[in-house]
Amino acid sequence: MRFIINEHSIEADVDVRTSLLDLLRDHLGLTGTKKGCNQGACGACTVLVDGERINSCLALAVQYQDREILTIEGLGTIGDLHPLQAAFIEYDGFQCGYCTPGQICSAVAMIGEIRRGLPSALTEDLALEQIGFSEDEIRERMSGNLCRCGAYNGIIEAIRATYAEESAQEREAAA
Amino acid sequence: MIELRYEKAVDPASAMQLHGGRGTARYLGGGTNLVDLMREEIEQPGLVVDVTGLSGDIRETDGGGLLIGAGVKNTALAEHRAVRARYPLLSRAILSGASGQIRNMATVGGNILQRTRCYYFYDDAARCNKRSPESGCDAIDGFNRIHAVLGTSPACVATHPSDMCVALVALDAVVHLQGASGARAIPLTDLHRLPDGHPEIETVLEPGELITAIEIPNLPFAARSTYRKVRDRASYAFALVSVAAALDVEHGIVRDARIGLGGVATKPWRARAAERAVVGKAATEANFRAAAEAELENASPLSGNGFKIELAKRTIVHTLGELA
Repeated sequence: MRFIINEHSIEADVDVRTSLLDLLRDHLGLTGTKKGCNQGACGACTVLVDGERINSCLALAVQYQDREILTIEGLGTIGDLHPLQAAFIEYDGFQCGYCTPGQICSAVAMIGEIRRGLPSALTEDLALEQIGFSEDEIRERMSGNLCRCGAYNGIIEAIRATYAEESAQEREAAA
Repeated sequence: MIELRYEKAVDPASAMQLHGGRGTARYLGGGTNLVDLMREEIEQPGLVVDVTGLSGDIRETDGGGLLIGAGVKNTALAEHRAVRARYPLLSRAILSGASGQIRNMATVGGNILQRTRCYYFYDDAARCNKRSPESGCDAIDGFNRIHAVLGTSPACVATHPSDMCVALVALDAVVHLQGASGARAIPLTDLHRLPDGHPEIETVLEPGELITAIEIPNLPFAARSTYRKVRDRASYAFALVSVAAALDVEHGIVRDARIGLGGVATKPWRARAAERAVVGKAATEANFRAAAEAELENASPLSGNGFKIELAKRTIVHTLGELA
């Protein structure tokens, strides 16, 4: 089977039962993606597939051949942090750090969802083209990522700051 | 370990051929429920037929409705412009279910056929007539706060967990099926069975029969509709009670109504008694309360879930009041 992970093409032969999460961690050594509940409840295993966030623990690897899979390792490195990684450090978006790769992958995709106008359960007007980036919206949209240290306030600050910075850069570029 | 094979279908015909109606074969959508059930060894298929490649389109029907392919992802359906404008209860129901990650994976067909989240169904040390026919039910005299009060039987009190289906039954959605003996279309309200004596048989699907699409008829007044979900935490939890409703009110009189209930019943529940009670009446809180009383009149509480009856009534009243 051929997988495209962090822009690298990789051949791996795994059992049909193997989850995408176990493929990443146990077969490819990409242990940045974490196994928390292994039943889709905690979001620690969140990765991006073709830009969309999914729970890799509920994904059979065999279903994700030839798709563009992005993990935390592909998002940034210690020498070249993704802006959201830098913001998680600046705003104390973690304590133990176990949920952090999932939080960051989830938030990267979530920001994209808001930008393209995907409503949430909290969005009052479904006809809106542009969704507000409020704290309540972030909490609702990030509810699939649990943090047992309770670093939620820092996580939300980090996401808000990153979104504000991206938006400012876009306005500057447009001007 | 049981050998597990994987096949990917390219169209309904190949899906059915690969499945072959075998009891050990399962269609696989996003996997968000089936993969979990396989890990818990509640489902132990020998073959999974991947049907995520089928029919991912949402298109207009000649009658002014929408035809939604079974392979459409939950996020895509909730996000679709026509759904948001014409059937907001459906967008809201989907968006109030699961998490962003799971909605990106889950398909429409899989959402409809997801299994209950009854604790005893998941716990193979417990008795469960649904998992192991005629073994008994540990929920009925057990911890049953989350269980059903409508459509129950002495064999099973497990709820159907979908939010999306609650909106779809309210909308008179029709399920398009492809089976060995050809294609057929049935109302979604007829797809899921009540448990009666056989809770292990959850739908009227024939062996190997495949959901290919869901059709929502034209219903102009559904533009005024919503979904209200009451649960133990603000997000990412199954419903204790949910109400999908559309209301057609003119000059203060209810001309037409569609009401579905979730979290309280063994299948996605169309609240026809409430609809009958409210249509033709003034859109007042008292009449909404009477409609709610009519629907819950025959509800059967267990030791731990009696609160759902009053909660369902109040949620119906509140939701209709919001639309009046």
